[in-house]
Amino acid sequence: MQTALKVQNLKVRVGGKEILKGVNLELNYGEIHAVMGPNGSGKSTLAYTIMGREGYEIVEGDILFDGVSIKNLPADERALRGLFLGFQEPPSIPGVRFSTFLIAVINKRMGAPDLTTLKDPKKLREIYNLLNEVGLNRSVLSRELNVGFSGGEKKRSEMLQALLLDPKVIILDEPDSGLDVDGVRKIAEIIKELKAKGKAILLITHYARLFNFVEPDKVTVLVDGKVAATGGPELAHMIEEKGYQVVRQQ
Amino acid sequence: MNKGAIKLREELLKGMDAVDMLGLTSKPYKIEVELRGKITRDVVEEISRIKKEPDWMRRLRLRSLELFEKLPMPKWVPGIEEIDLEELAYYVKPEATIAKNWDDLPKEIREYYEKLGIPEAEARFLAGLYAVMDSETVYGRVKDALKEKGIVIMSMDEAVQKDLPILKEYFMRIFPPSDHKFAALHGALWSGGVFMYVPKGVKIPEPIEGFFLIGKAYEGQFEHTLIIADEGSYVNFIEGCSAPRFAGYSFHDGMVELYAHKNAVIKFTTVQNWSRNVINYNNKRAIAESGARVDWFEGSIGSKITVTYPSTILKGEGAVSRSMVVSLSKGPVIKDTGSKMIHLAPGTRSRIVNKTISAGGGVNIYRGLIKIIRGAKYSQADVECDSLIFDDKSKAHTYPHNQVDEPTAQVTHEATTGRLSEPQLFYLQSRGLGEDEAKSLIVLGFLSDILVELPFEYLNVLNRVIQLEFKELGSVG
Repeated sequence: MQTALKVQNLKVRVGGKEILKGVNLELNYGEIHAVMGPNGSGKSTLAYTIMGREGYEIVEGDILFDGVSIKNLPADERALRGLFLGFQEPPSIPGVRFSTFLIAVINKRMGAPDLTTLKDPKKLREIYNLLNEVGLNRSVLSRELNVGFSGGEKKRSEMLQALLLDPKVIILDEPDSGLDVDGVRKIAEIIKELKAKGKAILLITHYARLFNFVEPDKVTVLVDGKVAATGGPELAHMIEEKGYQVVRQQ
Repeated sequence: MNKGAIKLREELLKGMDAVDMLGLTSKPYKIEVELRGKITRDVVEEISRIKKEPDWMRRLRLRSLELFEKLPMPKWVPGIEEIDLEELAYYVKPEATIAKNWDDLPKEIREYYEKLGIPEAEARFLAGLYAVMDSETVYGRVKDALKEKGIVIMSMDEAVQKDLPILKEYFMRIFPPSDHKFAALHGALWSGGVFMYVPKGVKIPEPIEGFFLIGKAYEGQFEHTLIIADEGSYVNFIEGCSAPRFAGYSFHDGMVELYAHKNAVIKFTTVQNWSRNVINYNNKRAIAESGARVDWFEGSIGSKITVTYPSTILKGEGAVSRSMVVSLSKGPVIKDTGSKMIHLAPGTRSRIVNKTISAGGGVNIYRGLIKIIRGAKYSQADVECDSLIFDDKSKAHTYPHNQVDEPTAQVTHEATTGRLSEPQLFYLQSRGLGEDEAKSLIVLGFLSDILVELPFEYLNVLNRVIQLEFKELGSVG
């Protein structure tokens, strides 16, 4: 399998504090790679650093995407190269309709100079189909982006974008938090579909609940900014049974 | 992104303003008359003589000059210390007579308007257009249909020269020169602008535009616009302001007077896009008789300093007024804006919506007044002030003032202050939008509820200017 993303000895400082202390990780196409860890272990920091958030300073190491370093690129350039981050808690943007946002993002990718009117009408059909697929009502399009969205609506909206924008590498930060069982099942289905399309998926999660519905191919456990264990799906199940004590003791 | 958009982005990142984006640089053109130096009685007489005015106007100018000399310099106005009136040319007549055809204008002057897309806008959606360069009207044309309906429209100067009897009843009666020092200065030095009278029951669906251009540094522009809408009439007027970037400042002290008679509707829209070296004091006031409606829309995008408070005196029962101001302070810019609504009759209603955006050290000040006199029963005033602040260097202040003497009247006030947040920017960037595009999207979102209420023609222009200012989201590729 071809390597999509390679994280090499990554040391990251946020607000002067070292959060990641030399993380190594390899993500292949067509693979679900779970990153697990207790609160404060650096999971979200890893996601933000890969995506290029400002203030996440790489002090050592590198991030290679298709073999090319992306650590000096701004977030938007990384996105345009095919990186996607599904947010755990996407921020609300008052006044900007969900539809306006989607149109801007689609047009940008199509190189349209005008970001406000949909260039390709076929995309609208696609958006409608995807809304249906992720279980969102069409009326969500006229609502303001993430404003007053329920927890479930936010997660579904993130998955919709992952499907619509057709990225190569998809990082999902706690895609199931706050969802009921039906919701988790739906998210798991979409993740499986993305995998079947050959996407590389980095699945960040605190709990292994999601793995009852979608099996990861690889599991990396982060504790205190370092890789504490790596393994297959059995590692995830062990953690679910016995907690993070298992890896701490290793 | 195409080449044009890339170039635009690079230039924007260098901190230039929208005026530069349009390629407006100050170019020489021929001047016929230029008056500068100490403002004296002789100078004012000279302006009146050049303009071949009737005696009442000469006297109005002189009376205004006396008031100007007498009235104290207002201490509360920002930028006052930067203006040296003796350094300014307060009357500049470009060498051009008023043209009815763009081709009849000198090439250097015509090019300014062409770059701003004015002739194109005229052809597309205007019923008439008057263009003022410096102190004089250089272009004026209205559709024949307007004249057939009995509408009187001409440059303010021509109306005065012709000594239209109606003028004396209104000219600086709505906004008297005694109001403050700069209203008096305007009265003494005014030149250029548009006069319009819409007869009873006549409705003009297409907008009329007045476009004001300052061509040079160290110049004062004092244009005067007066619109009288007779009973049951309807008029939609758009005012555009622009100036190329020049070394040194210029000063604008214009005035707008509106009179909406019984059941008339006046919509007055301003797109102010002066370059960053214009100090802009604007005097805008309307009177609304019973059942009349006056709507002010102001997009205050450019200038170095702007002080403007569109005001309506709701004089007749059931009169309605709305004022919507969008003000952008980006960089070392101060905008002191706001609206005033004076309720003098029962059942009058007003609504003020003020939206300010402060970025890169810019300052926005909202100063508003709601006055409801005793007896203006069941009048209602609603005020909404929203500020969006981009960074710690930028500021927004709100000073609402309510003076309500009528117990049955109702006044509401809402204010919000939002900050552009890093998570919002990162989120949009993580979807592939550049930082500038992300900001522009957030700004348009902030303005969205006001934008939907704007007239279509205005929306186009404002959208374009905001996108230029807030970088290249939209059709500027």
